[in-house]
Amino acid sequence: MSSPDPVDLTPVTGAATDVAPLGRAGDKPPHERTGVEEMGLADWDAIAATREFKELLRSKARFIVPATIFFVLYYFALPVLVGYAPELMARKVWGNLNIAYIFALSQFFMAWALAIIYVGVAMGWDRRAEAILARFGRKSGQ
Amino acid sequence: MTPALGMFLAFVAFTLVITYFSARKTSGASSYFAAGRRITGWQNGLAVAGDYMSAASFLGISGMIAFAGYDGFMYSVGWLVAYLTVLLIVAEPLRNAGKYTMADVLAYRLSPRPVRAMASLSTLTVSTFYMVAQMVGAGTLVKLLMPGISYEVAVCGVGVLMIVYVVFGGMLATTWVQIIKAILLMSGSIFLSVLVMKQFDYSFTKFFDALGHVTFHTKTGELVTRDFLQPGLKYGAQIGNGYGPLDLISLGLALVFGTAGLPHVLVRFYTVPDAKTARASVVWAMIIIGLFYIMTTFLGFGAATILNPDNIIDALGKSNPNASAPLLAQKLGGEVFFAFISAVAFATILAVVAGLTISASTSFAHDFFTNVIHHGKEQKPGEEVRVARITAFVVGAISIAIAIVLGSAVNVAFLVALAFAVAASANLPVIVLSIFWKRFNTVGACAGLGTGLVSSIVLILMSPSVMGIDPETLTTGRHFIQMAPIFPLENPGILSIPLGFLGAILGTLMTREPSAEARFTELTVRANTGLGAEGASEH
Repeated sequence: MSSPDPVDLTPVTGAATDVAPLGRAGDKPPHERTGVEEMGLADWDAIAATREFKELLRSKARFIVPATIFFVLYYFALPVLVGYAPELMARKVWGNLNIAYIFALSQFFMAWALAIIYVGVAMGWDRRAEAILARFGRKSGQ
Repeated sequence: MTPALGMFLAFVAFTLVITYFSARKTSGASSYFAAGRRITGWQNGLAVAGDYMSAASFLGISGMIAFAGYDGFMYSVGWLVAYLTVLLIVAEPLRNAGKYTMADVLAYRLSPRPVRAMASLSTLTVSTFYMVAQMVGAGTLVKLLMPGISYEVAVCGVGVLMIVYVVFGGMLATTWVQIIKAILLMSGSIFLSVLVMKQFDYSFTKFFDALGHVTFHTKTGELVTRDFLQPGLKYGAQIGNGYGPLDLISLGLALVFGTAGLPHVLVRFYTVPDAKTARASVVWAMIIIGLFYIMTTFLGFGAATILNPDNIIDALGKSNPNASAPLLAQKLGGEVFFAFISAVAFATILAVVAGLTISASTSFAHDFFTNVIHHGKEQKPGEEVRVARITAFVVGAISIAIAIVLGSAVNVAFLVALAFAVAASANLPVIVLSIFWKRFNTVGACAGLGTGLVSSIVLILMSPSVMGIDPETLTTGRHFIQMAPIFPLENPGILSIPLGFLGAILGTLMTREPSAEARFTELTVRANTGLGAEGASEH
């Protein structure tokens, strides 16, 4: 492989300037394509123009945007309430255990639940992405 | 030599051996940086968790909770919720579109040279902040184990070990060290939590009741009794001229949005074969990190009640929050457990520091030196390797110097939170905008990185952490600038993150870059389908 286009500086492994060995000489790995070389890899515009791809993007936005808004609001409710409604948060519910601690602990379960829901939903997106690529005779990672 | 010290040294030697043998199998950039992209989801999850549960979490958060109670626990919450930002917004597009670093993703659409230069500067800055925290933590540990030597010598020793790690190891080595360490740290924390609860006859009621009245001396020497479950010990409305609550929100912003901009966390998503595995590894990491952070309740609150903040002091008799967890282990589990916990924490620090040094020095050598100064052409053979090594030494030396100037009593969780603030202000805006905004361009990326970097650092320098007027009688822990702080908050995020976004957006709107807009379609297709993403290497 000749030296990469001077404009595109995506790291090329196996190049003379490879920083990898850091003092140890070793075998050079296979060449990894640079951004410019990959430009003609696929007909990006054709894929982007398909109904399925547009539908996939919409489906992702429909989940990710509300989910992000939800967790940001849920999380920041904690410091805001702790800071500006300390009496409410200090109210004790069980022994010395107060609302502030329970709310903080609930953040862990919120994060886990949202992550697991996301993984379930994202599996559907994987299948749709594979179907789109299959139509173009491609698969992920190719 | 004490038995604790002997065990500690044996354990550290063991991790070095692992590093050496895995390093022998490492060859080439792909395996050096990205472990051949063959790491599986749960392995990578453990490694991400291992990276994350650094000195800051184990030593820092435990100490923060031991001294500031509930407000310290807010760090734990923020650091877990941060992974939702990583999972929902950045992990998969980055894995699908990138190669090794954040700069690669930016270089895809934008003009590579200026973008790489700015990205390498911000990587260096974030890494240095992060490393200072690790050095302070390591210095504290070594001093606990070897009371005879000074903190300064301890920090320098850690620096030397770090260089050994970086020269012999690579990403595969640190990945395995992190996996083993994550398992050991989790086991140690579970055991320590059980020991804490044993003190309260395994009764949560007794545990939480004991937290209701902890009597200790404040910094001014006053004897007070506080409820450690009540918010407000550190960020209350009466603290910091009434800016406490705002400071807490500012901290939350840095924690939740900073993780997604941390170079050494992002690089972990390139060690897995595809985006699906990247996603799985984030979830694994969240489960492990979440369990660990819930346990900080026992470690930190346990240290507050069983040890009492008054007794958390280092060999010189100075109050040191970073020593909370090791001292608690010593009190409840004896010398052997103390050595084990300290060695695990120390191995963490070495591995984290090695990962940081690798990302910082290679980013500088490749992105800045070769590509920017020499226009992509190496002047002499092996020059880039030499620059990477020199950078590793320089970054190490700067971190050692700052860690010595700061001293051992600065809470390491707080120092790391500053690194998060810089990452959230400089890196996150440009990552998000380059993935989601078609119009985004080179000027915007450089302006965003620049304003985020400069504003967060300037605000830290003007904050009460650096500026303040101390009474003449105070001899240690004096502020660096004896002046009333210009910026009232300790955490800059609330102002510097919007400034980072503003810089990126205004910079973009000033110019048009048709080539960047033209390649947006390609990036979108890549990010959402994984077409063209680098897979697992075959050897």
